[in-house]
Amino acid sequence: MKQKKPNENSAVRIFDADTLGRTLRRIAHEITERNHDLGSLILAGIPARGVELAQRLATEIRTIKKVPVATGVIDVSMHRDDLGRRGSLPVVRASQLPLPLEGKTVVMVDDVIFTGRTCRAALDAIRSFGRPDCIQLAVLIDRGHRELPIRPDFVGKNLPTAQGERVRVKLKETNNEADAVWLEKE
Amino acid sequence: MPFGWKKNEPQDSRGIEPHHPKIMTHWTRKDLLGLRELSVDEITLVLDTADAFKQVGTREVKKVPALQGKTLINLFIEPSTRTRTSFELAAKRLSADIVNISASASSLTKGETLKDTARVLEANHADIIVLRHSSAGAPQFLASRIGASVINAGDGAHEHPTQGLLDSYTIREKKGSIAGLHVAILGDILFSRVARSNIFALLKLGARVTLVGPSTLVPRAFEQLGVTVSHELEEVLPTADVVNLLRIQHERQRKEYFPGLGEYIRLFGLTKERAKLLKPDCLIMHPGPINRGVEIDSELADGERSVILDQVTNGLAVRMAVLYLCGGVN
Repeated sequence: MKQKKPNENSAVRIFDADTLGRTLRRIAHEITERNHDLGSLILAGIPARGVELAQRLATEIRTIKKVPVATGVIDVSMHRDDLGRRGSLPVVRASQLPLPLEGKTVVMVDDVIFTGRTCRAALDAIRSFGRPDCIQLAVLIDRGHRELPIRPDFVGKNLPTAQGERVRVKLKETNNEADAVWLEKE
Repeated sequence: MPFGWKKNEPQDSRGIEPHHPKIMTHWTRKDLLGLRELSVDEITLVLDTADAFKQVGTREVKKVPALQGKTLINLFIEPSTRTRTSFELAAKRLSADIVNISASASSLTKGETLKDTARVLEANHADIIVLRHSSAGAPQFLASRIGASVINAGDGAHEHPTQGLLDSYTIREKKGSIAGLHVAILGDILFSRVARSNIFALLKLGARVTLVGPSTLVPRAFEQLGVTVSHELEEVLPTADVVNLLRIQHERQRKEYFPGLGEYIRLFGLTKERAKLLKPDCLIMHPGPINRGVEIDSELADGERSVILDQVTNGLAVRMAVLYLCGGVN
């Protein structure tokens, strides 16, 4: 389903393509500083945009350190605790994680962290595949309003928002338009 | 390619699998009563959802919390082991609570009506009722009278939608796509709800369907559904991409429909000799239970082209998908 294009009047652009690229590069540097053994690192994206962001982070790390980094996909829809409470049923897709997870560090990647419930579901999903040594969280935007004790390890930008506002991340691969982050007013 | 990735899926130039949503529809049905009323998009949505759930079976923890707190009742008024077990495992993998009720153990033997039984179950806060019944239309009857989700697990000679879906899923999985394939359904079509559900799903997904069997069990009237009817097995086998064999339902046979086993085997049994006419990559399917030596030679049932056990495994994934979709809507 095509999402509504942000209206320039009621939406503020937080990132343009250039800033978004630089932010990802910075996060990639932070991930390599914190994790010395890149061979045991898995960048696992949460659909849909987290998957693309994980790929881009992997590309950045490859550019910085000249080593390939494993990537994966964690689908959280069957682990959500709000099934039937939201408007429509999330579309379930298969998770793809390089196994086994034992001895690995999994960095979960998502575009926006809000209540933290998606992240909690992702932790459960990872657990069902095995027990990694360490799980970290990288997000492009932290918009606050957490409902669970969850804090990202790598943040592109802390963006104070009102509860009813929406943060929209556009990526050329998933949205077929230029990279950008928008804050839509109520 | 990172270790653990599935090998034969399409990848883009960076070696990652495309992750764009293929599905353009949302599930809005509380019940699954038959495949006749489903749209192509809805069938595709179930099959795509089943893809995700199939993978759960390969995890270290084969259980997801999707239906946690929901109660599912397997109400099987007609005996069944395979379908009931499959639904039970599916429900357990989704973390639902489950109760099995069989015909002999239910109050129906004490004279309670189906509607009253269901209302009692609903008063016990059942969220999903999986119903197997010998009368066509029983699930429809219930679904319109109670708020719980009703899943048809086979009603008379009407439909067996999850079997139709798992057969389509298996064909799609093995052949890549269903459109353009020639599927032969062989055997006892007249009494078969499996055949009906298969016909509806396969035609919607773009397959060509030929029904084969004796004229008493495969009447020409089926052509009204948009399928071809043949009484000559050997004419159909060479062009078939899939042969789906149906069990001869001895319990539903009457003498005038079915002259004798020997004659049936001679004319319509899938023997080793006849199997030589098949394409090398033709799939042999059977919903089970198999009558070895009747519909199919033992050797073929265990052979390379047989996907009979894949059907069982896929049945679990498809039933998880159906329970997730209907249970999530309700």
